Amino acid sequence: MDPTPSTAADSTAMESSRDRTPLGALGVAERTQADATPVEERDVVFDCQQVGVRYSGTRALRDVDLKIHSNAVTALIGPSGCGKSTFLRCLNRMNDLIPGAAVDGQIFYHGEELYQPQVDAIEVRKRIGMVFQKPNPFPKSIYDNIAFGPRVLGMKKDLDERIEQTLRRAALWDEVKDRLKEGALGLSGGQQQRLCIARALAVEPDVILMDEPCSALDPISTSAIEDLMLSLTNDYTVVIVTHNMQQAARVADMTAFFSVDQGETGTRCGVLIEVDRTERIFTNPAHERTEAYVTGRFG
Amino acid sequence: MNAASRIAADHAGRAVNRQLAGRRNRSLAATIFLLYLLLSTAIGLIALAVLLVTILQDGLPYLDVMLFENAPSANPDRAGARPAIIASVLVAVVLLATALPIAIGTAVYLEEFAPRDSRIIRLIELNIQNLAAVPSIIFGILGLAFLVRGLDLGPVLLAGALILGLQMLPTVIIAAREALRAVPDTVRQGGMALGATRWQVVWREVLPAAIPGIATGSILGMSRAIGETAPLLMVGAATFVSFNPGLLTQYTVLPILIYQWIKLPQDAFQGLAAAAIIVLLVILVTMNGFAIWLRNRYERKW
Ligand SMILES: Nc1ncnc2c1ncn2[C@@H]1O[C@H](COP(=O)(O)OP(=O)(O)O)[C@@H](O)[C@H]1O
Ligand SMILES: [Mg+2]
Repeated sequence: MDPTPSTAADSTAMESSRDRTPLGALGVAERTQADATPVEERDVVFDCQQVGVRYSGTRALRDVDLKIHSNAVTALIGPSGCGKSTFLRCLNRMNDLIPGAAVDGQIFYHGEELYQPQVDAIEVRKRIGMVFQKPNPFPKSIYDNIAFGPRVLGMKKDLDERIEQTLRRAALWDEVKDRLKEGALGLSGGQQQRLCIARALAVEPDVILMDEPCSALDPISTSAIEDLMLSLTNDYTVVIVTHNMQQAARVADMTAFFSVDQGETGTRCGVLIEVDRTERIFTNPAHERTEAYVTGRFG
Repeated sequence: MNAASRIAADHAGRAVNRQLAGRRNRSLAATIFLLYLLLSTAIGLIALAVLLVTILQDGLPYLDVMLFENAPSANPDRAGARPAIIASVLVAVVLLATALPIAIGTAVYLEEFAPRDSRIIRLIELNIQNLAAVPSIIFGILGLAFLVRGLDLGPVLLAGALILGLQMLPTVIIAAREALRAVPDTVRQGGMALGATRWQVVWREVLPAAIPGIATGSILGMSRAIGETAPLLMVGAATFVSFNPGLLTQYTVLPILIYQWIKLPQDAFQGLAAAAIIVLLVILVTMNGFAIWLRNRYERKW
């Protein structure tokens, strides 16, 4: 199945989707679940079946079967180039924006298939926010950075209040409350990344995807963001890509290990090796390859 | 630091100096090359300085209120450049209102929306590149054929300004595209990831971030157009206009007036021409200076 390629399709689809809201009735209602419920028994937010991605015909990822549960942190780990970012981008249809990228298989988001034709990628991204590896605040004020999402999505009521709440939620309020009108590029890297998280939270998403959000940050900022991730699971489902196994061990409830399969012809293709509770992945994984990776004997 | 160690450090420093000096002596070729570079620069600078000095010498005595207030006249004591100055300003306004929005729109479309792999788009891009290399006199001929005669506008200011605008398009499009390209993709992705449409991201984030660069390119393009003569001669800019020009009247612009004055035999007109050149130079240098200031002021490290 081809993702609808970007631009024109996006904007026209948006108009129509506002009426029909194909993802409108989806369950963001009962978000909070008792911590006591084991992760595997919580709601399934994403049910990925045989998901694969090709870039201009070259397969980069294949046959990913993975369930992602609500109000938990799911970590995607694996050697670089194994398709973690590629997979993450499937979840909010960011791959649509990459010319030549084609997604196959099915991803059910709260039971609804994300790649069916009538689903609007814009609407999907509104619900499934994303934070990138390199902090990418807009080159404008802190206030305007957070306000961008609510403004374009027409959530303009009580904007000031929303901005304060989101900044508090992202544990950034105390640091920036006196300089909301100052440029966001003047913040430190760690603050910029928390600003990007706040920016994503401001549009009230259901899921936050983070692609190596700490890889450009110092240890203190990293730990601030890890704390933030943990606190977010009360309200959100978090999927994080990390190449830092300690980080996965610290924050993730579930961990999925991806690796690269070398084809006979020398083609390399990412695959999901296994997914399990984090402690099992790190102490008693089912697969040898996982064990080799988590113990540092890369295989 | 005690005395002994200071002396030691001193010695070490001198040893290093000696080594460096030795190296400098050895590189005769480098010295010659450096001299050559200095000389080339000097030639340019000296030529510019001589030009400036002569023009200031000739022109300053004639640079007075009359130059701005009076119309051209056969009597050099009463001649001024008012209609030409007004025409040049009008041309700039027309450029601002027509060529700039078209150029920026084209750049935004090509850079942000056009399908990358489309043949037609490639063809358009190629054409824009080529258009930038077309001699200005050709634009003049085009203006004569299409605007002055084809559309029957006649030799009016609007026709001249439009043709200058056409000539300016490729330069500004290319500059604006570069400015847009300098906005990192992460900004676009950041916006799209929030559920904004591509259009919203371009309008609210990418374009504002690119504006300093676009403005710089636009100003440089405009200043070139304002100093332009050849295409205007082609579309019939008259050399003697004593009334205040409008969009649909005959006109002359500063460079053409200068050209006309210089051709006249009386010395006084040479002085007037030099004074008009000073006016034109001040306008152009101001515009370019503003462009440079904009570029430095808003230069951004992502
Ligand atoms: N935009 C793209 N175009 C083409 N190939 C890509 C693109 N992004 C990623 N790839 C390829 O897909 C594979 C997986 O990349 P990626 O998902 O970035 O891996 P990871 O995030 O695990 O390091 C790599 O072989 C990479 O070269
Ligand atoms: Mg990656």
